[in-house]
Amino acid sequence: MQFTSMILSNAEISPGYWRMRLTAPQEFAAATPGQFVMVRVNGAIDPLLRRPFAVFDVGVHTPPQSGAVPQVYFEMLYRVVGKGTAMLSALHETDLLDILGPLGTGFDQGNADEEKLIVGGGIGLAPLYLLARELVTRKSPVRLFAGGRTRDDILCITEFERLGVECYTATEDGSLGEQGLVTEALKRRLDALKGKATLYACGPDGMLHAVAKIAAQYGIPCQVSLEGYMACGVGACLGCVAPGKGHSPETPDYRCVCTEGPVFESSDLKWGA
Amino acid sequence: MSIVKPDMSVNLAGIPLRNPVMTASGTFGYGEEFSEYVNLEAIGAFVTKGLSLKPRAGNPTPRIVETPGGMLNAIGLQNVGIDAFIAKKIPFVRTVNTPCIANFFGDTVDEYAEMTRRLNEIPEVVALEMNISCPNVKQGGIVFGTDPACAASVVAACRAVTQKPLIVKLSPNVTDVVAMARACVDAGADSLSLINTLIGMAIDLKKRRPVLANVTGGFSGPAIKPIALRMVWQVARAVKVPIIGIGGIMNATDALEFILAGATAVQVGTASFINPGAAQTIVEEIEAWMVANGVADIKTLIGALEV
Repeated sequence: MQFTSMILSNAEISPGYWRMRLTAPQEFAAATPGQFVMVRVNGAIDPLLRRPFAVFDVGVHTPPQSGAVPQVYFEMLYRVVGKGTAMLSALHETDLLDILGPLGTGFDQGNADEEKLIVGGGIGLAPLYLLARELVTRKSPVRLFAGGRTRDDILCITEFERLGVECYTATEDGSLGEQGLVTEALKRRLDALKGKATLYACGPDGMLHAVAKIAAQYGIPCQVSLEGYMACGVGACLGCVAPGKGHSPETPDYRCVCTEGPVFESSDLKWGA
Repeated sequence: MSIVKPDMSVNLAGIPLRNPVMTASGTFGYGEEFSEYVNLEAIGAFVTKGLSLKPRAGNPTPRIVETPGGMLNAIGLQNVGIDAFIAKKIPFVRTVNTPCIANFFGDTVDEYAEMTRRLNEIPEVVALEMNISCPNVKQGGIVFGTDPACAASVVAACRAVTQKPLIVKLSPNVTDVVAMARACVDAGADSLSLINTLIGMAIDLKKRRPVLANVTGGFSGPAIKPIALRMVWQVARAVKVPIIGIGGIMNATDALEFILAGATAVQVGTASFINPGAAQTIVEEIEAWMVANGVADIKTLIGALEV
């Protein structure tokens, strides 16, 4: 659906990373983990295209004033990387934004009894909080493995901990948690579990590729959430495709990230294509 | 006395349209993708994604990049192919009481003609739009739409096998668009749509590489409107067939400018990516503009530019 949304808050939560809360229509409460929105940053023609952002959280807020009606809201995390996100970061409470969403196919939450290991890198944590929340609600054991270059790239860990999720962190410079890649901690956990778990990951390509490899080694299911350059978000422009498992230059096999994804089984994709 | 309901209908080479606003090929899927956001029966017509005999997987990524006021795309004509179009897309088209125009292309003159034959047999397809901005693989890869003789031969081959209105979509990547237009009309085109995208390119300075995997791509969006307007104006003065204006139309003002320049109808392209309901919004805005400006019949605006 397309709607006009009012910004409820917009704050820098770590250097360069922002968290925005926005109003949404009642129906938006049905958004599922892994879905995204397309945001029109302003009404001008530069930037021209909408920007895709994962839904970080969805909820209902009852304003403190007496007689106030409960209001559905959603949140998104974003990193200021260019003109569009810089403009977003300059917006304030009560500013309006034009939103399309929730869009795309999100995470499959699997069987409740099996342990769920969630791996996020930097801004890749954005779609994983709602996932963790839903998994916890369904009584799945959940652990989070958050990686980044420095401590500034490790976002919203407190929120995950508040859900009761055990969190492991690793940074390349050792400024928070283990020094190195968070996939090392992931492998140790998988060894302890004797390979009985489901993986969920979102983050930079290198991390996703590494997690997909680990999933293949341990023979366990793994879902990854991809990013893609996209113009429309509704499957029309076909700009955001990713190579599927059968892909080769001679026999191309492309999957549409915005409609078939953004979440895919890692075994359905071609890695390093 | 004020106008209550202005007449927005136009006739496009024998196809009556309730209004002149259509969607542009490649920006509106096969119609169904947008049905949640647009009342398809509020617009004049919709044009399918470019179809070919066999399905096409398209180009490697990145396929699109934004530039100031526009975007570049190198999708690579990804489409489901004519068989899947008939089996999977036509059932939806049948449910919509709005003319469906099939856009198509081929690698050779024979493929274009075969596509025309196939589309000619589909009752739900009321007209055909030929994309001639494709290389002719049998003639050293020369783009059909950049050589008048080459364009004429492929248009004539398609003309010979269909009675349905045949629209030829012109490439702007030519020295003389009027010469191309004349060649296509002489070869039997019932209507011309212009412009297709301009070939452009974007560079990532940090990586010292082109942004698009295909290196070059088609440039579209509001940035190209002045070029499109100029070409529509030139062509409309030179040929007698109806013109469909395309190029960066974002709102009713843009659409009306094309109509003044000589277009009988317009196509909304990139704008649908930003606002899936753009075409319908433009129809509503045109109607409001006509009421506000005392224009009872949109046909009186076609080519009404005072130079």
